[in-house]
Amino acid sequence: MRRTFLGMPATAPRGVGHLRGDESFPAAARKALGDAQLRRNLRHATTTIRAKSGAVIGEVPDWQELRAAGRAIKSDTMARLPELLEQLEAAVTGAGGTVHWATDAVQANRIVTDLVRAAGADRVMKVKSMATQEIGLNEALEAAGIEPVETDLAELIVQLGRDKPSHILVPAIHRNRAEIREIFLREMPDVDAALTDEPAALAAAARRHLRRTFLSTKVAVSGANFAVAETGALAVVESEGNGRMCLTLPETLITVMGVEKVIPTWDDLGVFLQLLPRASTGERMNPYTSMWTGVTPGDGPQQVHLVLLDNGRSAVLADAVGRQALHCIRCSACLNVCPVYERTGGHAYGSVYPGPIGAVLSPQLTGVADNASLPYASSLCGACYDACPVMINIPELLVHLRSQAPHPRSEAIAMAAAAYTMDHPRLYAVAQRAAGLGRVAGPALPPPLNGWTASRDLPAAPPQTFRQWWSENRSES
Amino acid sequence: MNARDTVLARLRAALAGAPPTVPVPPGEHRRQGDLPPGHPELVDLLEHRLTDYRAEVHRVAEAAVADTIAGILTAAGAAAVVVPPGLPTEWRPGPVEVVVDDDLPADRLAGLDGVVTAAAVAVAETGTIVLDAAADQGRRVISLLPDLHVCVVRPDQVVATVPEAVARLTPGRPLTWISGPSATSDIELNRVEGVHGPRRLHVVLTDG
Repeated sequence: MRRTFLGMPATAPRGVGHLRGDESFPAAARKALGDAQLRRNLRHATTTIRAKSGAVIGEVPDWQELRAAGRAIKSDTMARLPELLEQLEAAVTGAGGTVHWATDAVQANRIVTDLVRAAGADRVMKVKSMATQEIGLNEALEAAGIEPVETDLAELIVQLGRDKPSHILVPAIHRNRAEIREIFLREMPDVDAALTDEPAALAAAARRHLRRTFLSTKVAVSGANFAVAETGALAVVESEGNGRMCLTLPETLITVMGVEKVIPTWDDLGVFLQLLPRASTGERMNPYTSMWTGVTPGDGPQQVHLVLLDNGRSAVLADAVGRQALHCIRCSACLNVCPVYERTGGHAYGSVYPGPIGAVLSPQLTGVADNASLPYASSLCGACYDACPVMINIPELLVHLRSQAPHPRSEAIAMAAAAYTMDHPRLYAVAQRAAGLGRVAGPALPPPLNGWTASRDLPAAPPQTFRQWWSENRSES
Repeated sequence: MNARDTVLARLRAALAGAPPTVPVPPGEHRRQGDLPPGHPELVDLLEHRLTDYRAEVHRVAEAAVADTIAGILTAAGAAAVVVPPGLPTEWRPGPVEVVVDDDLPADRLAGLDGVVTAAAVAVAETGTIVLDAAADQGRRVISLLPDLHVCVVRPDQVVATVPEAVARLTPGRPLTWISGPSATSDIELNRVEGVHGPRRLHVVLTDG
């Protein structure tokens, strides 16, 4: 039996939340690759965002210096994480907020559920948040008889379509306008039957659908993009105004935040508010950013809670190489440049964190054994490293995690056999001749090695080995 | 151990053996732009950036602010607008019903046609205005529920860069950074102006 010591770094527990897929990446990807509509939608989306982002990044004369500053601030943050969190806690508490700590998804879900019940509410409105998706908060609330309403347009499309998000930034990237219209007609009780599939008409339908919810819901749940340890300020970056509604209108606001989102100083916002929108949506600045510090009397929610979530982050922090995955600011630039993501989409990764960053973050949060195929969901082309606004070396992390992933017994046996053979010249010559004969065997290996040739051809062995050539052409004159 | 102590102990254990922390070097990124706040070229750039994100910009003399606001509201068909208690009285538009916010309930605010506010600071490079809930800007909710937002910005409030704006703002105040009207790109990445926030944003840039 594995013993868990309370004070030692721990991975995210099984059986709760959305960090593990039902099947391996290759199996899930094969299905996604068969969906031509999905691939068209994805290619259009990633190509469009790449072009927009590239254009506005080109306007910034000090983009590389900003990236370096982002990396330096984040690595300093990780080195001082415990003390910065204590500083944040003191600042938020001093400003009238209440800080809660959650070791994992189960605890965080219980804390939020209890707070909603204490507020006497049976419905909460939600701002798009990766952390609450990670812990499966919606399912936990529903199990407690509380209705969670997603208010971000894409999240609403996903929720109404009983679907899963497929992209960090645009979770409904896999749906086109015709599909979205069908979902709205089916799921919105008050919708105009003459609704067209024009994006403006669809957005207006969402506005009407949610307005009453915004005005009548007493509790909101959000994530946070940044939390300033020095001042206690929390920040949410968004586009539609649903975030402002949720952060301003309710009586109670509950923010669930991974511990790594803290930044040391107020001035650090000046770096990240330049990096995030340009890398993420390809805008100079996103339409709305809200910042609040505890409770402001007479303005906005008067009950303000902050839930600080570990759920595997301590285990990531414990790996000196892997730690940099915690620097991620969830911009999704690495998804948009990834040739693998562009073809498979986000669902194949199984976790709420898809794409290159997901391939290095999810296995660390869960322990590599639970997401063993993800570090291989990459060609190691390096485009993600170039695109990352905080310079996370994702290729280095992928290779690092591959070395930790469990390898099949057959591989270890084959490697041991190869090592023995290469140590014995005569055996080696025999083996090489045998490989030459293997040319007649075709491009696939027999079991148990057929996994390797399932997605690639076995290279044909040359008709003659180098040693044979040498002995015929150069040997002893 | 309670959850707080457990999380902190885990994080401390994770860092055990890590090299001692080194202070972050200050970095070479820009802390300010080439032009000082309020420089005419910065105001031009702000106008360009705002327009690029579908805000409508009006450059007027300080004395013409009230007439300009009245013109915007009349053209938009707005009959009643909310203003924060500290909005300069000389800015109040004559021909339109003006409701001064006095803890108005959200339902009442949602029924009004527009809102007129001042701003705390504006960022030229990004086309951003920032509200900090001072008396001439009011509670966050009043600039959120009405469908039309008119915001008056003076030239001395216009800075070049984001870091300059951050340095000017007071931590602890509720802040709303606004860059164009409410928008979404969630449907096939087509930018659509106007989802839940005000669907129209007018910025009145004064000459002093």
